[in-house]
This record gives sequence, structure tokens and C-alpha cells, in this order.
Amino acid sequence: MENKAPRKVTHHDHYWKFTKKISFLSFVPRKCSTRASRYKDILTGAMGGNNKKDTDEMLLGLLKKHNVDFLPFVPDAGHARLIDQAFDDPDLQPIVLTTEEEGVAFACGNWLGGKKSVLLMQSSGVGNTVNMLSLVSNCNFPFVTLITMRGDFGEFNSWQVPMGKATPTVLMAMGIQVLNVRKREDLLNTVDAALYSAFSSDQRIAVLISQNLVGRKEW
Amino acid sequence: MLKRREVTASLNGLREEARIISGLGSSTYDLHSTGDNSRNFYLWGAMGGAAMVGLGVAMAQPNSNIIVLTGDGEMLMGMGSLATIGVQQPTNLSIIVLDNGHFGETGMQASHTNSCVDLAKIAKSSGFNFSTTIKTDHGLKNFLTRFGDLPRPLFAAFKVEREKLVRSLPILDGVELKNRFRKTYDFLPN
Repeated sequence: MENKAPRKVTHHDHYWKFTKKISFLSFVPRKCSTRASRYKDILTGAMGGNNKKDTDEMLLGLLKKHNVDFLPFVPDAGHARLIDQAFDDPDLQPIVLTTEEEGVAFACGNWLGGKKSVLLMQSSGVGNTVNMLSLVSNCNFPFVTLITMRGDFGEFNSWQVPMGKATPTVLMAMGIQVLNVRKREDLLNTVDAALYSAFSSDQRIAVLISQNLVGRKEW
Repeated sequence: MLKRREVTASLNGLREEARIISGLGSSTYDLHSTGDNSRNFYLWGAMGGAAMVGLGVAMAQPNSNIIVLTGDGEMLMGMGSLATIGVQQPTNLSIIVLDNGHFGETGMQASHTNSCVDLAKIAKSSGFNFSTTIKTDHGLKNFLTRFGDLPRPLFAAFKVEREKLVRSLPILDGVELKNRFRKTYDFLPN
């Protein structure tokens, strides 16, 4: 049998070698204060802006401030730490899904029973939700989804690009308001606005978190 | 073989305060034919979503009994939700499938359950604490007698006849259906 030739080193290898995996905002200093004091900062309005504290944990605090109860999710590396933290938090219950449309239906049922869900997914999953979003639109359910983007900034895997490109258009076509977050300092403020607007006036909002902010996937 | 409206009516007779979510098409008409009720949430679309809407309500209201009433086609489209429900183990959720083995709304094409697919076995292997397929009147009566005491999450597929029945149509207004359902838990509209 012919020996397999060693794989040729391409420019991709050099490119990705120096691209550190950045899990959702992981380069901000951690353990700079206790959880209790961080939550207090959020409650007292000190969050947002250019705050250098652990933004993932602040995001968790923000969800709690808005009395979100459930986090249905199809995982994404960008949401990984948020999901891990939510599993450790007695006030938030993550719900693992087999497909994103389950999360849309779950969130609607949750509101029928008086509770709040926020759906976590990546942009590739938006395509799976399309018809289920008619439930949200037709019944005016409050709906918030936090979507980490693929294929919008420095994507290596071309298979992720078509759905990434189509994500905002598809959401808007189904009547969902799209809020883009391209800078870290805008994240908490945008999520805060989305949660407030959705649950106080029955709005349907997707927060798209750019790949620029989430970090490139390590290969 | 059972009659779908007889199954629906007998379940509805046992419901007490239970909330019922019905899947689109015949299941919604069947539920409405037993009499309208604010505790019903009728789906007119969102195929594949009935079980997950049910799980959403069940987890929001753990002291309230939730029944999902749907057809084989609707359940097949949301088959992954059986796995999701199995993981969550809600103790107040029952999934009832009226299984005629056909897509009744679209011209009676044979569905997967008409062939080799067994939804009750899928539910069982997904972690449902009770799962059964019922084909006879005797089975139905037996099930109804034990219904309140059976462990949840519960799954029951009723093998029903392929019938074309007069449609019994609930209101279409989704906002009204949502608001009146929420009102049964004393939630006011925004």
C-alpha cells in the first residue's frame, strides 16, 4: 500500500497557530471580585460601558436581574462559559435541546406559564427555527435569543458562511428585531435593552454577537 | 382501533384543572369538539412544537398538570423533543398521540408510524417513566382508570381509525389564545 504523504503545511496552519481560542470574552481578568459584589454592581447600575470585569458573569447577573428563569440552548463555544455558569446557578435552569426550534416552542410555553426563557444558539441554528418563529409572531410572544455568530468575521470554515450571512435577513423576514453587537462594551447594554423591551412590551428580539467578539474557533 | 374523538372526549372528561396543548390539524379540532376551554392552547401551526410548548408550561407551572394532545405527524416532526423531555423529567407532563398512521390534513398520506416506527418505544428509550401504545377499548378504559396515578413524564399513543371528521374550529387569534390561557394562572396581558 502506498504510504500516505505527510500533509502539506499551508498558510492556514501558520494563520491558526497564532490565533488563540478566545472563549467568550475570556481575556478580561477573572476573579477580580466576588460573585455577590458583581451582582451588586449590576443591580446598582454599575455594569456596562467599558467595565473590565468578567462580562460572562455580568451577563448572567443581567439575566437574573430581569428574572429570566430558563436558558434553553443548543451549545456554541461562544456561549460555553455562560451555560456552565448557569448550571451552577440555582436561579437559572439551562435546558439542553436537540434542535433550536424546540427552544422557540419552549420559550412560548414558558411564557404561557408565566416564566421567562432566553434562547441561546449560534447563527447556524437560526435556519432551524424559521417556521417555529411563526408561533412567536402570530401570538405576540415576548422572545429574546442571544445568537453567537459564525461566518461573519474571520471564519475559517466556509460551510458556516451561508447561514451566517443569511442570519439577520432570515430573522427579519420572520418579524424578529435584530440588534447587532460588534463591540464588547455594547454587549450588556444591548442585552439589557432587549430583555426590557421584549418582556415589558411583547417584542421579539435577536441579539447577534459578532464573531469578532466571540473569537475565532481554534483548529 | 379506537375513535379519535372518543379518546379525546374521555381524556377531556378526566382533565379537571389540567391544561391541554393541542397540535395543529385534527388534534386541535378534536380538542375543540369536546367544548372550548380557556385552559386549552390550540396550535394552528408551528408543526412539531406541541410537545415543547407543553414542556415550557410544565416547567413554568410544576404544580399544574399539562397534557399535550397531538397527532403522529406532528409528533414525528418534533421527535427530538421526546429526548429533551426525557432529560428534564417533568412530573406533570403527559404526551398523548392520536396515531392514525397518516397525515390527515394533507391528503391522508401514510406516515412513519404506519410503517415500522414506534413512538412509544422512542419515548420509553428517551426516559419517559411510563410509555404505552393503546389499540383497544379495553386498553383505553384501563388507561383512563389509572391515568391520574401513572408516573410522569407519560407517553401514550392511541391507535385510532383513519377518519375524515367534521372540523370543529377554535378561534384563530393567537394573541387571544395566549392571553386567555395565561389568565387561567392569573397573569395579565402586558
